[in-house]
Amino acid sequence: MTPVVHRVVARTRETDDVVTLCLEPVDGPRMDFLPGQFNMLSAFGVGEVAISLSGAPRDVGPLRHSVRDVGAVSRALCQIEVGGVVGVRGPFGTDWRVTPREETRSVDHRDTVVVAGGIGLAPLRGAVCELVATLPEGGGRVFVLVGAREPSQIVFGEDLAAWARAGATVLVSVDRPSSLWHGHVGLVTTLLADAGFNPANTRALLCGPEIMMRFTARALVDMGVNPLAVLVSLERNMQCGLGWCGHCQLGSLLLCRDGPVVPYAGIVSGLMNERER
Amino acid sequence: MGTERATRGTVRPGDVAVLDANGLDALIRRLRELGFETKGPVVRDGAIMPGPISGASDLPVGVADEQGPGRYRLSAAPHSRFFDWAVGPGSWKAEFFPAVQELWRANVDGASVALMEPILDAPPLAIVGMRPCEVASLAVLDRVLMEGSYRDPRYAQRREGTFVAVVECASPAATCFCASMASGPSVDVGFDLALTELDDERGHRFVARAGTESGAELLSSIDHGSASTEDLNAREQVLVAARARMGRELDTEGLAGLLARNIDHPQWAEVGDRCLSCANCTLVCPTCFCSDVRDSSELDGTIVRRRAWSSCFDLEHSYLHGGAVRTSTSSRYRQWMTHKLSTWWDQFDTTGCVGCGRCIAWCPVGIDITEEAAAIARSDTGLASRVELRGVTS
Amino acid sequence: MITSLAQIVRQHPFTVGLDDEYVALIEGCAHNVAFAPGDLLCREGESADTFYLLRRGHASIQVHAPGRAPIVIETVGPGSVVGWSWLVAPYRWTFDAQAKEPVGAVAVDGACLRQKTLVDPALGYALLSRVTAELLARLQATRMRLLDLYGGPGEH
Ligand code: SF4
Ligand code: SF4
Ligand code: FES
Repeated sequence: MTPVVHRVVARTRETDDVVTLCLEPVDGPRMDFLPGQFNMLSAFGVGEVAISLSGAPRDVGPLRHSVRDVGAVSRALCQIEVGGVVGVRGPFGTDWRVTPREETRSVDHRDTVVVAGGIGLAPLRGAVCELVATLPEGGGRVFVLVGAREPSQIVFGEDLAAWARAGATVLVSVDRPSSLWHGHVGLVTTLLADAGFNPANTRALLCGPEIMMRFTARALVDMGVNPLAVLVSLERNMQCGLGWCGHCQLGSLLLCRDGPVVPYAGIVSGLMNERER
Repeated sequence: MGTERATRGTVRPGDVAVLDANGLDALIRRLRELGFETKGPVVRDGAIMPGPISGASDLPVGVADEQGPGRYRLSAAPHSRFFDWAVGPGSWKAEFFPAVQELWRANVDGASVALMEPILDAPPLAIVGMRPCEVASLAVLDRVLMEGSYRDPRYAQRREGTFVAVVECASPAATCFCASMASGPSVDVGFDLALTELDDERGHRFVARAGTESGAELLSSIDHGSASTEDLNAREQVLVAARARMGRELDTEGLAGLLARNIDHPQWAEVGDRCLSCANCTLVCPTCFCSDVRDSSELDGTIVRRRAWSSCFDLEHSYLHGGAVRTSTSSRYRQWMTHKLSTWWDQFDTTGCVGCGRCIAWCPVGIDITEEAAAIARSDTGLASRVELRGVTS
Repeated sequence: MITSLAQIVRQHPFTVGLDDEYVALIEGCAHNVAFAPGDLLCREGESADTFYLLRRGHASIQVHAPGRAPIVIETVGPGSVVGWSWLVAPYRWTFDAQAKEPVGAVAVDGACLRQKTLVDPALGYALLSRVTAELLARLQATRMRLLDLYGGPGEH
């Protein structure tokens, strides 16, 4: 449970409450990880929180974590400047299963639709990078659908543009447009119908607020996507990442161990529709 | 006691021997000579609690207990038996998984950090007088803290060096239901030495079974006799009588599925009205493992991270940026009970309850996990219960 | 005074102007229900085979989310209809409806009505135009609320 000390080598402000930190270990090699997994990040003296890895395993270089300022620890992390230190434990949990390790390329000639809500793009970023990188070799088509409350909340704009240039279909929608917004306005699910993927041969990777994932998952299944091919990334209170602290339970799941990425089919769709209050 | 027993033949794992009442004291002293820190049940603050012992006289000799929902009382008994009581509020869990434990400390000097982990060098521990349900509860904790993808070195270090002398139960309390959970009153695995206290016309003595090499060696090194057929029969009778005296029952047949499909049963609201959300049940439970991880700064600027027991009855337990997932008491009680009896199986392939009855005795309002399960079973339709919630036809 | 189910159905705004024959059909698929505060009239994600003609008490149309109170979209009261999902495939509730106070309603078996519209398209049309009227009113109100009319002019 002891973290490895990392140094902040770059820091980018993404929105008014999201900061991306690039971290390098003070000693030793960078950890290996899979897109979708998370680390426990420590702001020394304040505490520790679970933050997804948003880099692509194929990229050498620092670890990337996008942190949203929602509590004492995440605020402290957001305020650490370049040169500062962060404790890192991980990587933990399940991944999006997009790297060749998991599936051979040959069965991978299919469409992948990635649906992100707000900062939900962060845990998906590495997966999209991996998928887009396979496009020149004839990998399956990639559709990236992003929903945000308002244009200023759209993260990773440069990545979105780069993915589009590389051949991915990138669609963005906002709930509340600004006067300068000329793009699509509406719920992110309204992008599904015209995106152009073939539901019968599609896998979907979803990350965002649970309400958004529930609605999107149902819409995809209604379109004919196999529920087993719909993956969602779930979040609960995480304090250890090791399956020891009990906080991350969602029914029969320990999300640090059985998640965060789980297939929507079966028990998960039921658990997501449990009113636990 | 019969001098013909005072031999020192070699005992092997699986062998059964007999110790007289003094043999228990010899056993504890021998363990101390071997360098063990010896602990056992002692009477403290009006309850039987884990504590240090240096001889048999430190044990709760001639003590009886009376337990019921929300009730626990000790009294003097007209005999000098050592183990004529059922478990008290303190469980051995705390020896292996302390209520508060330092994980590391750090000195942060500008942009450099020095991290130090506490050295795990506690002397080996010997527990004399653990009960069968506690052996079972440690096996449950082993699943969580040692046998999953990650192994907790703190827990493992303490656990693996520990000598366990279990004492089978002759006097279950009214709150006990280990027989339903297959975790008592007898014990078959998980010990170095298993004792059964006998006190009949043939005298006050212990049947002693060696479970491991170290248990056998220990027995070999103290005065003991070989167990006669009468001794073995007497042990059987004690256990049969204990099963018959078991105060409570829990029907475990299909229980996990029963609770899983009754997640919206009205009983949860009913028990939620009675429960105080005080977390007593989780604190006394020998298998509850939930913990918080917290940082604090010492006066000299050292940062210390500790792990401390927490409870699913705390509102903050399910905190998720901005609020708690389980806000009502009924949802928290449901989380606790369904975890114990249902989802624990999914998560760790074992029960989360060993039937020790502590949560029943130490609940200030006497909520009884066996009764709550039975109430749901009585009105189970075999279907998801929410169908019934959809309005009352008038 | 005991009001018969027939009277209740007949007096509800949803059936005003509907042919007697059709009102009788609806009545044949209906029964009275009562909900205590906190009860759910319908649950998001579950199959929608019923709709409710509210008679008394208010219910909120809402969405649940972990870590926060249910998000209320709007409140509906006596005279309104709760539930349209029974009309359109995949016949599944999109939102929760929860009683805020004791609610009395007539539950109508939409699956049964759906069957009847198959043989009687005129019934289908009559039902659909009534539902559409309510639907349109609610959609328009929702769109107006999206405009965030009370937000200060400086906010945009
Ligand atoms: S749930 Fe109650 S009876 Fe079961 S092990 Fe825990 S304290 Fe003992
Ligand atoms: S069940 Fe009893 S002991 Fe447990 S939290 Fe509720 S009131 Fe406290
Ligand atoms: S985060 Fe501690 S058990 Fe999952």
